[in-house]
Amino acid sequence: MKTKSYILILFLLMAGFVLASMYTPSESDYVSVPPSKKNSETPSDVAFHKMMDVLTHPRCVNCHPNDHVPKQGIEGDPHDFGMSRGENNLGFEATKCTTCHQTENNPYSGVPGAPHWSLAPHSMQWQGLDRFEIAASMMDTERNGGRTPEDILHHLTEDKLVLWAFHPGVDAKGEPREVPPVSKEDYIKAVEAWFENGHVIPSN
Amino acid sequence: MQVNGQSHVVELTDEYTPLLWVIRDMLGLKGTKFGCGKAACGACTLHVDGEAVRSCSYPVKFAEGKEITTIEGLGDATNPHPVQQAWIEEIVPQCGYCQPGFMMATAALLDKIPNPTDEEIDDNIINVCRCGTYYRMRKAIHLAAEKQSALKTTNEPTNS
Repeated sequence: MKTKSYILILFLLMAGFVLASMYTPSESDYVSVPPSKKNSETPSDVAFHKMMDVLTHPRCVNCHPNDHVPKQGIEGDPHDFGMSRGENNLGFEATKCTTCHQTENNPYSGVPGAPHWSLAPHSMQWQGLDRFEIAASMMDTERNGGRTPEDILHHLTEDKLVLWAFHPGVDAKGEPREVPPVSKEDYIKAVEAWFENGHVIPSN
Repeated sequence: MQVNGQSHVVELTDEYTPLLWVIRDMLGLKGTKFGCGKAACGACTLHVDGEAVRSCSYPVKFAEGKEITTIEGLGDATNPHPVQQAWIEEIVPQCGYCQPGFMMATAALLDKIPNPTDEEIDDNIINVCRCGTYYRMRKAIHLAAEKQSALKTTNEPTNS
């Protein structure tokens, strides 16, 4: 009797081994679902977001404050020494922006510089706005100094002060300032593409 | 460039050399001081074409063709500028290091605002003084404004 049950167990074990060796893992029959794409993001939208990735960066927003105080640094801290917009976006009467900021970055003092260094007019305040609001403000002739879309295109792609964002120099410690997350070339292409496609601000 | 009315030609290998060093080391005008080297203290303030500039952060290449005025050019012992005169009368300086920068900033202010309010002084005269002579400076600035306008009145042609 005992022998029979041993044989039975042995048989079952062998059967188990045979069955186990027949099992080969195979690829799942399930088809993975692709991550949901934003509902049809057009090339214009892609260009918009690339452009706004730059324009929402502190290198740009710091000079588009929502008050009269320029901001500085990645944290957007108020400008040192109580500097303020003044009458004409150029600082105070005797201590102006150009008392310290020249037309080029200063490699020794760490003071940034670019042609016509100044604040953007108050109507062009961007601080605190989201990218869609900034774009709307930028295209609004009431707020953008009466500029046509053509003017804005040129301003964004050619103005030396705007493009300073990509060459912001070093600070007083000699450390390079952070640049926007898009290269200058890609930014310019994105701006041109967005304008070519009718400068449509996507709905958020 | 012109410095205090004199023409100078300067040759350097590094055109970004701060004007401060050219003024001090090459032209020997020691009145303008080095304080911080990062445009944060104003000790290096001088005038470029009549505008206040912090010379530690002003590459000499931008000075080409411009008129530079340093504290030595503002006035001297025999012929002090009203700002310097007021500074003497109010006994402003303590150690003296920051004073040329303050006087140059003040002279620039009085050019733009002949009779500044205390708020305008607060906004425009933002140099740093470690001896704390600010209260004497404020008095001196008001006094300098008076002196300067008195000068202007005496210099104006009379209509009689």
